[in-house]
Amino acid sequence: MVNSHTLSKYTLLRGQEEKSVIQSFTASVDRKFISVMSLSSDGCVYETLIPVYPTDPEENQRVVSSLLLRAVVSGSAPSGVALTVLDRDHVAVLGSPLSASKECLSVWNIKFQTLQTSKELPQGTSGQLWYYGENLLMLHGQSLTVIPYKCEVSSLAGALGKLKHSHDPGIQVMPPFVNWEASQGDGLGSQHAEQPRRILRRRKIEVSSQPAVPPSKQLLTTIMKDSEKHIEMELRKFLAVKTPDFHAIVGDLVTGLLGRCQVEPSFCPRNCLVQLIQTHVLSYSLCPGLMEMAVKKTDVQLLQLCLQRFPDIPESVTCACLKIFLSIGDDSLHQAEIDMESVFDYGDSVQGDNVAAPVDVLQNGFSPEGDTCLSCCQEVPAKPQDAAAATPTCPVTPQRAALLNAILHSGYSEAFLLPHLKDIPAQHITLFLKYLYFLYLKCSENATMTLPGIHPPTLNQILDWICLLLDANFTVVVMIPEAKRLLISLYKFVKSQISVYSELNKIEVSFRELQKLNQEKNNRGLYSIEVLELF
Amino acid sequence: MRARAHVGPGRREARAWSGERGAAGMGEFKVHRVRFFNYVPSGIRCVAYNNQSNRLAVSRTDGTVEIYNLSANYFQEKFFPGHESRATEALCWTEGQRLFSAGLNGEIVEYDLQALNVKYAMDAFGGPIWSMTASPSGSQLLVGCEDGSVKLFQITPDKIQFERNFDRQKSRILSLSWHPSGTHIAAGSIDYISVFDVKSGSAIHKMIVDRQYMGVSKRKCIVWGVAFLSDGTVISVDSAGKVQFWDSATGTLVKSHPIANADVLSIAVADQEDSFVVGTAEGTVFHFQLVSVTSNSSEKQWVRTKPFQHHTHDVRTVAHSPTALISGGTDTHLVIRPLMEKVEVKNYDAALRKITFPHRCLISCSKKRQLLLFQFAHHLELWRLGSTVATGKNGDILPLSKNADHLLHLKTKGPENIICSCISSCGSWIAYSTASRFFLYRLNYEHDNISLKRVSKMPAFLRSALQILFSEDSKKLFVASNQGSLHVIQLLEGSFKHLHAFQPQSGTVEAMCLLAVSPDGNWLAASGTSAGVHVYNVKQLKLHCTVPAYNFPVTALAIAPNTNNLVIAHSDQQVFEYSIPDKQYTEWSRAVQKQGFHHLWLQRDTPITHIGFHSKRPMHILLHDAYMFCIIDKSLPLPNDKTLLYNPLPPTSESDVVRRRTAHAFKISKIYKPLLFMELLDEGTLVAVERPLDDIIAQLPPPIKKKKFGT
Repeated sequence: MVNSHTLSKYTLLRGQEEKSVIQSFTASVDRKFISVMSLSSDGCVYETLIPVYPTDPEENQRVVSSLLLRAVVSGSAPSGVALTVLDRDHVAVLGSPLSASKECLSVWNIKFQTLQTSKELPQGTSGQLWYYGENLLMLHGQSLTVIPYKCEVSSLAGALGKLKHSHDPGIQVMPPFVNWEASQGDGLGSQHAEQPRRILRRRKIEVSSQPAVPPSKQLLTTIMKDSEKHIEMELRKFLAVKTPDFHAIVGDLVTGLLGRCQVEPSFCPRNCLVQLIQTHVLSYSLCPGLMEMAVKKTDVQLLQLCLQRFPDIPESVTCACLKIFLSIGDDSLHQAEIDMESVFDYGDSVQGDNVAAPVDVLQNGFSPEGDTCLSCCQEVPAKPQDAAAATPTCPVTPQRAALLNAILHSGYSEAFLLPHLKDIPAQHITLFLKYLYFLYLKCSENATMTLPGIHPPTLNQILDWICLLLDANFTVVVMIPEAKRLLISLYKFVKSQISVYSELNKIEVSFRELQKLNQEKNNRGLYSIEVLELF
Repeated sequence: MRARAHVGPGRREARAWSGERGAAGMGEFKVHRVRFFNYVPSGIRCVAYNNQSNRLAVSRTDGTVEIYNLSANYFQEKFFPGHESRATEALCWTEGQRLFSAGLNGEIVEYDLQALNVKYAMDAFGGPIWSMTASPSGSQLLVGCEDGSVKLFQITPDKIQFERNFDRQKSRILSLSWHPSGTHIAAGSIDYISVFDVKSGSAIHKMIVDRQYMGVSKRKCIVWGVAFLSDGTVISVDSAGKVQFWDSATGTLVKSHPIANADVLSIAVADQEDSFVVGTAEGTVFHFQLVSVTSNSSEKQWVRTKPFQHHTHDVRTVAHSPTALISGGTDTHLVIRPLMEKVEVKNYDAALRKITFPHRCLISCSKKRQLLLFQFAHHLELWRLGSTVATGKNGDILPLSKNADHLLHLKTKGPENIICSCISSCGSWIAYSTASRFFLYRLNYEHDNISLKRVSKMPAFLRSALQILFSEDSKKLFVASNQGSLHVIQLLEGSFKHLHAFQPQSGTVEAMCLLAVSPDGNWLAASGTSAGVHVYNVKQLKLHCTVPAYNFPVTALAIAPNTNNLVIAHSDQQVFEYSIPDKQYTEWSRAVQKQGFHHLWLQRDTPITHIGFHSKRPMHILLHDAYMFCIIDKSLPLPNDKTLLYNPLPPTSESDVVRRRTAHAFKISKIYKPLLFMELLDEGTLVAVERPLDDIIAQLPPPIKKKKFGT
């Protein structure tokens, strides 16, 4: 882009910060400008924009620097400071912050002027910092430290700390929605460019060096005609290079694939679809037909993938997925390649939906057998069979559990989901309830009330689903003899929960009384003579 | 031992202080910090907002009615003393800004807002009155009685006249609302709401309110409030915690909002009928607004928009001014919550106001004997301050050699509340007044014994006083009566002599609420609520001059010793100094007006209720509001908006030079709060009477308990 044979000299004009010295700088190239960011000894980050195509290369030109971030590090760091650009909105700064003496790596969001994250480096650094392939590299003490860091798309919610972390930090999050501004921004920007003539010239050069048809168009025609194998290869090639309007093209590709599926029933580009879904840029609204097809074909793997990746699945589709997950045979589940990440090792989980021998597990907070204070316990004597029903043995296979967990993780609106839940057959509802109850019991085994595993369902998700299922199907479930035991345990669970809360309320009142007593003690009495000096 | 330990450094401190007295120090004070004034304001029962005058009438459970001027910085400019039997249940403004109240004694009362007394009370003959409302035109009054009757009264220029009864209902009428066109009324009773036709007086609909709430059937459902909208909708609030919308044409329930687990006690609708406010027994105030169902659609519906939790107890009453939600209840606070979308200028007026304490002084003190007289609704308490011999440095609590003593508990006779009280400077006279009687007592101190003797045979014209003041030498008594006249009375040993009565200027009957007398006894200043301050020459017994009227009411008055400068504080936080001998504002006052007060000074939200002076330091003025006290040193430069008005930290590290350079005239302390009274007893002694809010809350009934867990 930059003409490598010309030397352009620039003088940096500096305003009030004249006395400070630039301690570290870094540059990045945009389409129109080279952005030079510098870290001054006054601790502030300044940005200087230099046009890529200088108006007059021979002359010494003046450029102005503008303040980007105020006082991020103290200027008087002993071993120097370093600065590197991570992406359009983020910079990483190495140095000691004003408040602390220890050196520290901090990532700042320039757009919202917020500190994204920081890490203390107690052994000191050398003032060198690189960013390469989503890894931050720096010298820390005697060793080279590599910190993987991937910038999230800068949003106000993220800057304010309100962005929900729907995925584990290990999974890299791409924006789930099509970012129209991002995909169009560059094109628009060039239209408003200050030097349209030069840009036009450059465009001509670009166009002449490239084939007449853009790769996406080519790919689309491939999709319409060629074999699955070929499409897969082409797709892989295409995905390796990310184009600016990537979102839209991926949507087009899926629509194209689905269109061909409808025309040719034998055509099943499953791998291609999986690949496309895994780009993280798809959403339900971008390819509404995809899930419908998967439901039709009972492709549980694809459905699980969609549930995990799409943020905007309608409740009716979620419910259709749930129906399939509950009704599909174990044999077909074994064949499917299901992502088992969310399922922890149940250990004694059963093969098939049979109940295995009881295993006594000590439960934290809730133990239906031992709870003698509840009147309902006396009605149902704690026979071994009862205990068997209540002990945590997973009522479903791990594969099915993984699928159900995907349902638990998906978002929904209660009012829209409830009517669909009513369509699920009663025995499936019972099975799901059993599974949810099992998860709850697992949850209550530890003090933090969480499940083991990488990405397990949360306690709230479990309880919300129990309530939802009961709300929708109580009249049906209550008639089923198999569900009776389950309902009794749920009833006992709710009752114990209520008693816990009432105890908590009692404790709160006692604490308040204690507080009152304490206040009285601290009260300085009704009368005193004090000395006051007015200044 | 402790006392002795303080003597050493204390003396040094005292020397150091006297050395730098002229330089920078405002001085060191021994402060009698008094927290035994066991004052508990009465709970608020009703509020009524008057749009024309922008005034708010507030009635309390003890029958007191207060008038707040919302345009004058929410100043409580008038009050009518309570009466044991006159528990007000309803309060309303009518045409011509007349104020009526009705209560459980079955009487309708009209108040005289000029003379500040009850104009007349009239029995409605329907048993206790639970509700009252004025017609949209303001010419008729409607009351709802215990016996289930709804009575219509015609308002005549000087009285009200019974017109007729509406169809009698089975049980008491707890709430009433008039349709804006004046043709129909809605009446809330127990378990049902009736809609009456005004012309025929017959009930055309009876709408039964559901007793059940969240599956729990209550014994009765009391309709605490109703509001009739111009489209025929009736909004009701009830004891089951519901806000319900009814169609009055068909008598059917349109919509129901369950909003609380406890009673919803009050409702008020904005004049535009686009928003209303309800108050619950849980202390929550909910704002409902009429909003479009979708953007750009003309279809609108009522939506609960904002909950406010400014109260801890029952919100007994709410009002809706064009720009604010006003609420009051058992927790005694009057809360004014401006609606941000209605406030045009985002200045300090847009802030939440919480008014707890009266804007008048309930305490007087005898400087010579170090006595404090506390005024309660039905009794007076006299306390003697303690003493100490120790000294200390700033912030020290000194050991007491003698504790404060409760000397006297003087209970009033009769059901009326005390309006005002005063103790003379020498401590040997106490005077107080109720709405119909004036009492004067002579106190004798013999060692530790006090004897009290009532001065009998008070003249007939001294029936009721709005303000009482003794002269500094305790030889004269000044009484502002509610007829607008000022009486000067000479006090003799055990008797008195009426010297003169300053009659109000012809054509005015405005009562004087504030009095100030000069320490030499020559000048008397008196102020009403709106007209200027009048200054009388006591020796010659004639009007000396009138300070020009100012837009905002006077909140405190005092005359400085020697110079006879009159210092006047107004509710907009302006302070003027007016030279009585010269009949003009002083140079300092002009300078202050020219430069303007510091913006933070003007933004304080409680009025100055007392002004005092330092006998040895003529340049000093002491004044206080509920959250700060200030000594103004007129010799120092005035602060401008760039300087720090309030600096709580002692200048420890700075040199004297720096201190002097940054020193300005306003020395503010916020140590004592809420501060109800502060006065200089002598050169180095202050008395500060605080009333911590926690102590008031401790005396209120417990609030409805709300669960924190498992909800």
